[in-house]
Order: sequence, then C-alpha cells, then structure tokens
Amino acid sequence: MTSIDESNKDKLRSVSVDLNNDASLLIDIPDALCERDKVKFTVHTKTTLSSFQKPEFSVPRQHEDFIWLHDTLVETEDYAGLIIPPAPPKPDFEGPREKMHKLGEGEATMTKEEYTKMKQELEAEYLAVFKKTVQVHEVFLQRLSSHPILSKDRNFQIFLEYDQDLSVRRKNAKEMFGGFFKNMVKSADEVLISGIKEVDDFFEQEKTFLLDYYSKIKDSTAKAEKMTRSHKNIADDYIHISATLNSLSADDSTGNKKNLEKLSDLFEKLRKVEGRVASDQELKLTELLRYYMRDIQAAKDLLYRRARALADYENSNKALDKARLKSKDIPQAEEHQQHCLKKFDKLSESGKKELTSFKGRRVVAFRKNLIEMAELEIKHAKNNVTLLQGCIELLKTN
Amino acid sequence: MAASSDRNPPPFPAAEDPEPGLTEPADGDSDEGEDIFVSKTNPVSVSRGVSQPDRGGEDPPDLFGEEEAGSTTAKSNGVHSDDDNDLFAEAQVELSTDKPGGSAQKELSASSTSTQSPAAMQPTSLEQLEEEEAKDSFDVDVAVTNPEKVGDGMNAYVAYKVSTRTSLTMFRSKTFSVRRRFSDFLGLYEKLSVKQSLHGCIIPLPPEKSVVGMTKVKVGMDDPSSVEFVERRRAALERYLQRVVCHPSLLQDPDVREFLERDDLPRAVNTQALSGAGFLKMINKASDAVNKMTIKMNESDTWFEDKFQEVEAEEQQLRKLHAVVDSLVNHRKELCGNTAVFAKSMAMLGNSEDNTALSRALSQLAEVEDKMEQLHQEQAASDFFIFAELLSDYIRLLGAVRGCFDQRMRAWQRWQEAQSTLQKKREAEAKLLWANKPEKLQQAKEEITEWESRVTQYERDFDRIGMTVRKEVLRFEKEKAKDFKSQIMKYLEAMLQSQQRLIKFWEAFLPEAKAIA
Repeated sequence: MTSIDESNKDKLRSVSVDLNNDASLLIDIPDALCERDKVKFTVHTKTTLSSFQKPEFSVPRQHEDFIWLHDTLVETEDYAGLIIPPAPPKPDFEGPREKMHKLGEGEATMTKEEYTKMKQELEAEYLAVFKKTVQVHEVFLQRLSSHPILSKDRNFQIFLEYDQDLSVRRKNAKEMFGGFFKNMVKSADEVLISGIKEVDDFFEQEKTFLLDYYSKIKDSTAKAEKMTRSHKNIADDYIHISATLNSLSADDSTGNKKNLEKLSDLFEKLRKVEGRVASDQELKLTELLRYYMRDIQAAKDLLYRRARALADYENSNKALDKARLKSKDIPQAEEHQQHCLKKFDKLSESGKKELTSFKGRRVVAFRKNLIEMAELEIKHAKNNVTLLQGCIELLKTN
Repeated sequence: MAASSDRNPPPFPAAEDPEPGLTEPADGDSDEGEDIFVSKTNPVSVSRGVSQPDRGGEDPPDLFGEEEAGSTTAKSNGVHSDDDNDLFAEAQVELSTDKPGGSAQKELSASSTSTQSPAAMQPTSLEQLEEEEAKDSFDVDVAVTNPEKVGDGMNAYVAYKVSTRTSLTMFRSKTFSVRRRFSDFLGLYEKLSVKQSLHGCIIPLPPEKSVVGMTKVKVGMDDPSSVEFVERRRAALERYLQRVVCHPSLLQDPDVREFLERDDLPRAVNTQALSGAGFLKMINKASDAVNKMTIKMNESDTWFEDKFQEVEAEEQQLRKLHAVVDSLVNHRKELCGNTAVFAKSMAMLGNSEDNTALSRALSQLAEVEDKMEQLHQEQAASDFFIFAELLSDYIRLLGAVRGCFDQRMRAWQRWQEAQSTLQKKREAEAKLLWANKPEKLQQAKEEITEWESRVTQYERDFDRIGMTVRKEVLRFEKEKAKDFKSQIMKYLEAMLQSQQRLIKFWEAFLPEAKAIA
C-alpha cells in the first residue's frame, strides 16, 4: 500500500491551479494501492451539499471508472458547450518495469553497492510514476468539482458516492463500439471544421489558434520527454562511475587513493542532484505540456461539437426551405430549425465563456510552473556548485 | 669496458663538481653492479652509446633550470649497445612532473626510491637529492599544435608542430619547433622501446593508429568527427611527449633530442607494425615468454608479485570505469541533441502562443535551452577530453608497466639459462679431464671463463632491472597520483564553471517567467 502524504501532494499538484478550494465539495485521493497492473484509488469526498447522503465518505475506484465518468460526460448533450476535463491517462508502469528487468539481468556485472543504488533509483522512479498517476486522477475529479455545472452532474455524484463496484455501469462491448463510432465521426468533423464558414470571428480565431497550438504542444511534450530521459541516463551513469571509483580507491595503495575516494563521493552526491533535476523537469515542464496538450484536445472537442451544431443548423435551414417549397411539413421543419438554432446559440455562448476562462487558466498554470522550474534549476545548480567547490577544496588540501 | 671517457660529450660550462660520494667507475666494469645507485648527478652527459655510468658527474646546472635534478641517470642513452656493456647506473632520481597540463612549471622531486639503493654508495647523494626536492622546476616544456593536412588523397597526412621551450643547455637553443607527423611519434616509441638500456623503464605510449579515423581526415578535415579526431590525436601526442620529457632517462636519450630538434627526421619505416594491436602484441610478447617459463622464479621479495597483481587489477577497473565514462559521454551528447530539438520546438510553441507575455516567456525559455545545449556540449567535451582520455592513457600505461615486469622475468630467465649452460660446460670439462684430452681442455676452460662472466653479468642485469622496475613503478605511481589530481581538478573546475553559467541563465529567465500575466 503506497500512501502519499499531504506535503508531497502539494508539490505534485503542479499542473492545474487553485482547485479544490470550494468547501462545499472537496475531493482528494489520499491513497492508492498498486496491485500488479491495477491501481486502486481511494476517492475521498467531504461535502456540505445536501445532494449527498453523507458529509464525508470514501470509495475505491479503478482507472476504468474514471474513463466511464469522462465518457458519459462527453456524451451528455447538455454539456456540449463545455470543455470536459480530459480523461486521466492509463497508469503506465512499463518504463520502470522494463528497467527493473534489465537491472536484474545485469546484476552479476555490478558490485552489491552499485546494484542496491540502481535498485533504489528504480524504486524511486516507480514511485514517481505512481504519484503522477494519482495526481492526474485527482486533478480530473477536482476540475469537475470546481466546475459550476459539471459538479452537479448525477453520474459524477454516483461516481463519488456509490459504494459498490461500478463495473456494471462501465463500458460494455456495445458502448465501446459506440465510442469508436464517435471517434470516427470526430475525424469527419475535422474536415467539417475546415469546410464550414465560420460566422463568428472569435471562434474563427480560436479554431486557428487551437489547431496550430495543439500540434506544437504535442511536439514539445515529446521532445521534453526525451530531454528528461537523457538526464536520467546521466544520473544512472554517475552511479556506476561512483561505484567503480570506489572499487579502484579501495584497492589503491598509492597516493592516488584519496583522489579517487573523493571523486567517488562527489559523483554519488552529484547523481542525486542530477536525478532531481530530471524529475523536477519532468513534473514542471513535461507534465505541464502534457496536461495542456490534453486540455487543448478537450477544447478542440468543444469546437467540433459546435461545428456539428452549426452544420445541423444549416441543414435544418435547407430542410425548411425545401419544406416551404413543397409546402409540406412546414411547422416541423420550422420547429426543427428553431431547435437547432437554439442549440447552436447555447453552444456558442457557453463555448465562448469556456474558451476564455481556459485561456486564463492556461496562462496562470504556465506562469506558475515556469517560475517553479526556473527556481528549481537554480537551486539544483547551486547545490552542484557547493558540492564541486567542496571537492575541489578537499583535493587541493590533500 | 670501453673507453668511456672518450665518449663523454663536452662538459657543460658550469659543471658542478661531482658529489663527493661518487666513485668514478671509470668504465663500465663489473663494479658497476654495486655502483648502480651511485647518483650521477649528471644526466646530461650521458654518453652516446655506451652504458657509461661514469660521468664524472658533471652536473649541468642548468639542466632543469636552477633546480636540479640530482638525477642520476647514467643510463645509456642511446644505442642498442650490447648486453655486455650494458651496465649503467640505473640510479635515477625520479623527477616527478606535472603531466598533461603542459604546465611550464614541472615539479621535480626526488622519489623515495633512492632509499632502496645500497646505502653505502649513496648517502651524500641522497641528501643532496632531498635538498633538491625543495627546488622545483623542470625546464622542458613541449607542445603539439597546428595540425595541418599535407598533400592530397590517400597519401595525405597530418603534420603537427612540435614546439620545445627549454633552458637546458643540452639543446641547441632555448625555443625551437619542428614539424612531425604521426608515424614519427610511433617511430620514436619504437626506438626507445627496443633499447636494452631502457629495459625496466616505463616508456610512455603514443596514441594508437586508426585507419578509420585517418581515412576520414584524408578525405577532408572539415566535418565535426574529423575535427574531433584530429584534436583528440593532437592532445594525446602532446601528453605523450610531455611524459617522455618528464622521464629523466628518456630526456637524455639522443633519439628524443633528435625528435625534438632535428629539422629533417628520416621517416620511420616500421610503424606498420605499430597499430593498436601492435602495441599490445609487443607488450604481450614478453608475457608470453614468461608464461612459457618452466622454472618458477623464487622470489625472495614478494614486492614484485604483489605489485604486479595490483597493477593487473587496477587495469581491469580502469577499463570498467572507462566504459562507463564513455557511456556518460554518449548520454551527454544525446542530451545535447535532445535539448537543441526541444529548444526549437519551444520556439515554435512560443510563436503559436497568443498571450503576448507568455509567448515572450516561451521564446525566452527556448533561448535558455539553446544555451543549455551549448553547456552540455562543453561538458561532453570535458567528459571526453579530460576524464575519458585520462583513463585510456593510464590503461595503456599500466600495460606498459606490466611489460616492465615481464622484462625483468626475461632477464631472470636469461640468467638461469646462462647458469645451466655454465653447468653443462663444467660437466663437459670434467669429462674431458677424465678422457684426458688436453687440447680440447684449454678451449673448455676458456668457454667456462666466458660463461662465468656471462652468468655474473646476467645476474647483475637482473638485479639492475629489478631495481629499475621498482624505482620506475614508484615514480610512476607518484606521477599518476599527481596527474590524476590535476586532471580531476581541471575536470571539476570546468564542471563548476558550467554550473555557474547555468545559474546565470536561469536567473535571467526568472523575471521573464514572473512577467507572465
């Protein structure tokens, strides 16, 4: 059972800002259990709302439950004009697991100390992945709870409260197919978007901006990930260097012994710093980019839905004209047209609000994370400087 | 032994008196065995070609600037003298100097190995040596610079400028330079390594040949990998020469002087043999011979065996370390590449961003990452040129050390074989006596005398080489410690500077991030 304590959580809560402030509905994931591949989250709710049965309660949930919740929200017609918070990605322990496997294979080639250190590093990595996935699931729920409309959703309430297994409500095969279909239609929508004549400047701009920004941020996320991985590799190399220097120094009977000892010590300390540089960069930069990439996708989804509503409205107009021509079924056609128009207007109004607040949110989050990342880089580099100066001094006086 | 005196080069102007404790072993006679540790404070006047310990000890005062070396190498420089005359005083004072930094100030300190020498002959010289230890400067500075491609196509080669600056009067002038190509350096090594007189000495190794590397250079010197290759080679050649001139015996060698001074050096022809594998072969040839020895050497002193094992173990560990540092260099280069790519991506994102302040911040971030890439690049170069090359130099030098131990074994072997030959001759003589053949008897007696003297000589050789090896190893260890220390410091200081610049970059960025609104 791996628990995350409160202080760590604050540090982790990096990518989204200022959630979980409304005392009427407070949600968090105080702990999670990892069994093989499955992670069981404990979702804990504290509320003053009367719509809930109890003021405080906890339920166990799996990743699939979160996905179900997300999808039901997306499919709810009433929320078409809202940016639905992106679904948390599936917990992925593949990376550390593979490394652990390789480490096991290479055990014979390293000293016991080296092996222990590598193992510790890997365990820390594993833990980091774990913490990240908890955080990302938590943020998802907190986005919902802080949204004026979505927080009132019935399915959300069920998710939080229902103390039985949710699996019966989850996607079954038919719904899965429905999901595929939905995705297919979406890509058709992408074509649709470029074809539809946009009447509103605001949305025209947003569309251009979001499409472009999405592809750029997706690229940046991938590149940031590679950069972080290189840092981790270097930290690992430092472990091996330190261990080998240690062996050399142990067997050395000459004046060189002290030099090697000090250097070995230094590398051991440096690798810890390098490891933190890697993980902080990951949290503040890579995760930031990744999160907003998904958020922008959610914003794009909103645009698609609006574009579809616009298309529907235009089709209804054509149908009305046709009906008038044929003098048949005019009232239905009129009603349908009105309905489409209302839907479209509602979507546009709500969409505008959502997209504007999304901008603000994004800018605030970037600001916070970039500042924190710069501060951490400085902190770690200063740490390195101290370590290096110390070692140089020691060597000089030897 | 030959007329040593004639062979002495003209005395140096300010020659000092030889130390009182010095005996004048006029010629390379058999006493030399005992005189081995007489410190001849006159390295320079080593005669050409003859193992003459006798130098009457003229101390070229300016041998190493004001300080002196007290070095007593009476080793014969030079020539492939024959064995018989090979008894030179091996007493050398180890001059330890700073290595590859190419520093002008080389420290000279008498190594403690002098304590191994038979005290009898030495006391004064030892004291003198210790005095000298206080004064430090070793005044020969060499540098290898200006690689230039000469010629075209597959016959092209790279010529380097070898500059020497010295106050030693054994050279024709104080500063001079020559142009040398890689095979010249290999040729120098070969000449030095086959000199009997230098057996037991740890002779520095030049860098290895590389067909791949050179072919690229022949084609064109402009691409980054060729540039790196040439720079790597230049730096390695420089370190090689610096180690050579730091070695008291080698500095005396006429081949070394010729290499540094002579404008037109005849081409070395045997360097085909000296490929990377060739070096190893040369070193291993000796150990093969040793392995085939059927008689196990009875070591009265475990020092040699212990030290040999230490050296072997250390070599293994250094190889391991080198492999990891290599991996570090590669990962650092990857980081470089990934950072550069990320910076570009971030710049694009900044352009896309519609919030002005954020857009500017992202562009600034892209610039910071560009600077980081530069830092990583420099760090990778430092990882390689300082750390990795230090390790690979010493891996090969340790191989050379092992080679010395093997040379000693061969000397022992030769002595043993001479002893058994002598035994056979004696038996033959006895048979002749019995058989009563007076004519042949005379010849037999002559042969016995000859072999008796050989046995004695080989025994001395063996002792001498043993002492050389001991001295050399201790000198080597001292220099290695110094070398490591100075290179490590250099490495750490480079890293320190890099981190300090990193701080500046991010501190400059911070206000930009805070300005986002």
